[in-house]
Amino acid sequence: MNTIAIKELLYKMADDLLIMGHRNSEWTGLGPVIEEDIAFSSMAQDKIGQAGALFEILHQLGENEPDTVAFMRDANKMHCSQFVELPNGEYDFSMIRHFLYDHADQLRFEMLVNSSFEPLAQVAKKIKGELKYHVFHANTWVVKLGNGTEESKARMQTALNESWNYALGMFETGDFEKELQSENIFEGEEALKTRWMANITPFIEKANLKVPDQSTWAPILGGRKGYHTEYLQQLVEEMGEVFRLDPTAQW
Amino acid sequence: MITEKEIWTALEVVKDPEIPTLSMVDMGIITKVEIRGESNVYVEMTPTFTGCPAIKMMENMVADRLKEIGIEIIEVKTTFDTPWNSNKLTERGLLCLKKHGLAPPPKHQGEITMELLEHCICPHCGSINTEMKTPFGPTLCRSMHYCHDCLQAFEQFKPVV
Repeated sequence: MNTIAIKELLYKMADDLLIMGHRNSEWTGLGPVIEEDIAFSSMAQDKIGQAGALFEILHQLGENEPDTVAFMRDANKMHCSQFVELPNGEYDFSMIRHFLYDHADQLRFEMLVNSSFEPLAQVAKKIKGELKYHVFHANTWVVKLGNGTEESKARMQTALNESWNYALGMFETGDFEKELQSENIFEGEEALKTRWMANITPFIEKANLKVPDQSTWAPILGGRKGYHTEYLQQLVEEMGEVFRLDPTAQW
Repeated sequence: MITEKEIWTALEVVKDPEIPTLSMVDMGIITKVEIRGESNVYVEMTPTFTGCPAIKMMENMVADRLKEIGIEIIEVKTTFDTPWNSNKLTERGLLCLKKHGLAPPPKHQGEITMELLEHCICPHCGSINTEMKTPFGPTLCRSMHYCHDCLQAFEQFKPVV
């Protein structure tokens, strides 16, 4: 097994979940209706728990303890895509990001069910079922808001336009795509992107929204290699503030 | 020497911390019991949801119960070797959920669809004239619904693959 390739894959997945989870948790107490408040809080809990399971596998492969890995790294050591670290903005952007991200993530875990790396395949079986609910939630609201009032339609389309190149950045290829494929660990980012397009398109159509014109596509890359927006360092500092006060404390 | 069956029976009194009518055995989250020697027992568990915050507490509850019946060497481990899904709830478990006022999850065929989630049976009046309000509820394993016949809100223990 190519441990370096596996670690790279696990880190980017876990960091996406950790940061997306924290962004989701920022809706706690602020959701537009109580059900939405609970939905984003529940998804936050799911995602941070799922990140924890992946950090645990990394720990088995020789990396630090999950809490240390989650809370002690600075932004330039994190491998999340820039998409997930962007501030929540308003509900339109949060909802579109949730839709674009969760479709990709659920497909990624579905693909990993067949991974030759057994610990990841096992966790993937579990997580893909949980993410199904996140995808249902996103589909319902994107279709509803896309067919809502003039304002909601316009807001959803603007959010989709602004998200698009960041979303494409989720599929930034790593240094080990070939190794992951030849060892049947993961089919790779390109295969994932193709499936993602096929999955999101019918819902975007149902929502009467339009995918930005292909001539404008320019994936925003760098996140997987530690290049981030200014927002990530602020987020990791806030997220790790309590843990960093006393990393050896027993909770 | 104590038998595996006796351990399973002893564990039947350990209840889910959030649903006090339901035992962990009936919930299907205890996946393995192994007698490793004289007074030496190994138990494997798996969470309903990866992010379940109660799993550590439940591990301790299992260990405490084994201590209570006199087991000296105890190991309780959480793994994803046999991941949980809602079909693992026992028949008695499904009844316990209902007694607690929760709609039990419908049996699934390995796939959860929106159709399966809509129109679940109201645990209060048995009607299927119900509507899912949101797939997320007070805990990760519950969704929220409304019954148009008895006009009451209720929760369902979610089906999960």
